[in-house]
Amino acid sequence: MSDAPPVETRGLVKRYGDIVAVDRVDLTVEHGDVFGYLGPNGAGKTTSLRIMLGLIRPSAGSARLFGRDPLIHGAKALEGVAGFVEAPRFYPYLSGRRNLRLLADYDEPVSRIRIDEVLETVELRDRAKDRVGGYSHGMRQRLGIAAALLRAPRLLLLDEPTTGLDPAGMRDMRELVRRLAAEGITILLSSHLLNEVEELCNRVAIIRRGAIVYQGELHELLARAATSYRLQALEPERALSVLLAQPGIGEVRLDGAALRFSADENAVAALTLALGQAQIAFSALIPETATLEELFLGMTDGESSDHDRPVALAV
Amino acid sequence: MTGAGGMPVEVRGLVKAYGPIRAVDHVDLTVEPGDIYGYLGPNGAGKTTTLRMLLGLIRRDGGSVALFGRDPARGIEALEHVAGFVESPTFYPYLSGRENLQLFGALDGGVDRTRVDEVLEQVELRNRARDRVGTYSLGMRQRLGIAAALLRDPKLLILDEPANGLDPAGIRDMRTLIANLPDRGVTVLYSSHLLAEVEEVCTRVAIVNDGRIAFEGQLDELRGSFGVSYRLETADDQAATTAARDLEVSIAVADGGLSLEADPSAIDRLTVELGRRGIAIRYLARQQRSLEDLFFQLTEEAS
Amino acid sequence: MTAVARVYRWEIAKLLAQKRTYLGLGTAIVVPIIFVLVLVLRSGGPNDVPLGRYIRDTGLAVPFVVLFFMSIWGLPLITALVAGDIVASESHNGTLKTILTRSRERGQVFAGKTLATATYTLVLVFAMGLVGLVAGSIAWGFHPLTSLSGTKVPAGHGVVLLLASLGVYTLPLAGIAAFGIFLSTVTRNSAAAVVGALMWALLMQLLGVLPGTESIRPYLLGTQFDAWHGFLRTPADWAPVIRAIWLCALYIALPLTGAYLVFLRRDVAGE
Repeated sequence: MSDAPPVETRGLVKRYGDIVAVDRVDLTVEHGDVFGYLGPNGAGKTTSLRIMLGLIRPSAGSARLFGRDPLIHGAKALEGVAGFVEAPRFYPYLSGRRNLRLLADYDEPVSRIRIDEVLETVELRDRAKDRVGGYSHGMRQRLGIAAALLRAPRLLLLDEPTTGLDPAGMRDMRELVRRLAAEGITILLSSHLLNEVEELCNRVAIIRRGAIVYQGELHELLARAATSYRLQALEPERALSVLLAQPGIGEVRLDGAALRFSADENAVAALTLALGQAQIAFSALIPETATLEELFLGMTDGESSDHDRPVALAV
Repeated sequence: MTGAGGMPVEVRGLVKAYGPIRAVDHVDLTVEPGDIYGYLGPNGAGKTTTLRMLLGLIRRDGGSVALFGRDPARGIEALEHVAGFVESPTFYPYLSGRENLQLFGALDGGVDRTRVDEVLEQVELRNRARDRVGTYSLGMRQRLGIAAALLRDPKLLILDEPANGLDPAGIRDMRTLIANLPDRGVTVLYSSHLLAEVEEVCTRVAIVNDGRIAFEGQLDELRGSFGVSYRLETADDQAATTAARDLEVSIAVADGGLSLEADPSAIDRLTVELGRRGIAIRYLARQQRSLEDLFFQLTEEAS
Repeated sequence: MTAVARVYRWEIAKLLAQKRTYLGLGTAIVVPIIFVLVLVLRSGGPNDVPLGRYIRDTGLAVPFVVLFFMSIWGLPLITALVAGDIVASESHNGTLKTILTRSRERGQVFAGKTLATATYTLVLVFAMGLVGLVAGSIAWGFHPLTSLSGTKVPAGHGVVLLLASLGVYTLPLAGIAAFGIFLSTVTRNSAAAVVGALMWALLMQLLGVLPGTESIRPYLLGTQFDAWHGFLRTPADWAPVIRAIWLCALYIALPLTGAYLVFLRRDVAGE
């Protein structure tokens, strides 16, 4: 059972009347992945996460965690699994610590011992005695992580863990994710902050209107965009003629004071030598890789449930 | 872009105390016409409190605030050319988006239908304008909030975390919307936690920590104040180091590449020299300290 | 501790942390005290209520009279307040997704909540009865009780009858609670569940007084609220008590089974 992948969904479907919220989703998260699960609002991400956690019954297909299906194995399917979907919620009239004690008692006995440890990890020890009703959003996010860590999970499902946190909070959360990943914990992370996903994840899946439009290594996705370069030369015209004469350099154009072109690594190396030989100085040579944001928006047509049609902002 | 006269925002020595705690401790801010001004700081640093004082929602305990030369504490006319919201915009959920805007327009002294249509178009909500706001997603409500603000034809827009809760498309739309406002004669002041966004869009920033301003000014100034360096990657870093030393350019190994401290003319000479010596260059760029690094340096060293 | 016992312990802890619990318990305790105080300070009394005439003869009469007063609306209301909330509050706080993603099965969580509600109901009724007994005895002494048949019942035996009456009364009350839990699970809305449970109690009462319903009257839930009167007769009238026991078993089991099945299968989305 434990060499089954941490997450495996096959043909997962969820229908609400005429609407197909999740449309035959096949998702696989491998051991040790930091897996970015991305998609516009309303694309079916939250619904599929809830199905994985056994909160929603699928209309068809299956979701398995370490080989176990919540529909068949009930709470046992969540063994070694922890996390939260949408903002973590607690009993507002109980303190943070009491909330954790309650959840620990809902777990297997190992959880109780870890309470102080996890409070320390998320830096909530000094506010643990206060009622959760008085917590800020960021504190509740951190308590959610603490509650998840109580279970000593091998798989963490985190839905927008940095949303609503201030920059320091975001940075601490990212560090925590890195640390946990380094310990071998598999992490399925959903986020709208694509720069963060670029930093943390090795594999990603993009869901759009209930269907997966990409699933695989992040670097492969980024490599899909052609590599273009930007050159900032002291004498742009002279540099331009060298570029045009150089083999392997294509799509050359002058963009303000910068020269843009596309080429592979070898052609670029040869180019810099040629420029040096010709005594043409430059102050910048920058490969412009596409950002995850550009690729994501391209694949999802810039949609979200907030729009009825793709965006072309009329300002 | 100026209204009655004076800077869009001019704050001097602003103070707000809650008992012994100074939530805002002698803050100076200047927002110039056409600025997209980012207001940054950790939670609890006093950002929202300051914005509320700018909008005249809470009384200040010291200092002065002038919006186009007028003090919001003196009367509502100071807000004549100003619009915005602090924390999520609130609407009547049982009314449609359009009805809400018409209601707010009426509160402002009347607004005509074409103007309502215009702002709905600007924020891409025209299709959903007839639906009840209760059915709107968070992103839509944020955009309706901006529409309501734009309805007043403001010269200054004050926003608190406008990208809060938005998905990537929503974030991108908000960024585009804000970036284009100065072209329409609107100055923008907004607070945000998304440093990458601020870095992309803002012309000037203020970083506040513990109620005090840790930095205020142009983004480039902020970067410059931490020194200029270049990052260089070559086919042969050792040979490149020798070449640099020969030219008396300060060079050091950093993170799988080389780091240089030099002025632009020295860099130019170096690139030619490397070419002459047959050392191919793979990457050369001025190292921008990221806003994030700078932010943490300012807010964490201080405390 | 078994899994269900742990859930039960926490459901009780949560009840004890909420105001509505104390509101209900407080009322159940305060009403008999006020009752006694009023009668001590003023003359006259609840003469048209069974045993009301003998109220100043013995403190033992007090809990029975208070039970008469509170049995149709008072106690059902207090019970519905908790029963209607116990599942729906999880929806309100958004905590259902939190507790259903740990190591407890849904059935275990449901069982814990049901047991906690049952505990509350029992404590409610017996607290009211015992406080009434103590308050009444302080005011008028602990003397033999005059039964509905006119006979004198020794004080000690009277306490036994009291406990039996409270126990049998709790059965139909538990039926209201079970229906409250059912509504709480299905509507996910605390207020709707509480009001719904009371509406249902009202409906049962109405059916009982409508002409033409004589044949079904013995089987209505409302009728079971009076079953305990049988203990106040000499000899004790066991027929209504027996009937109450098996009928209430149905009135409890059916809604609980429905609630259980719904709770087990339902989608937890947006909460």
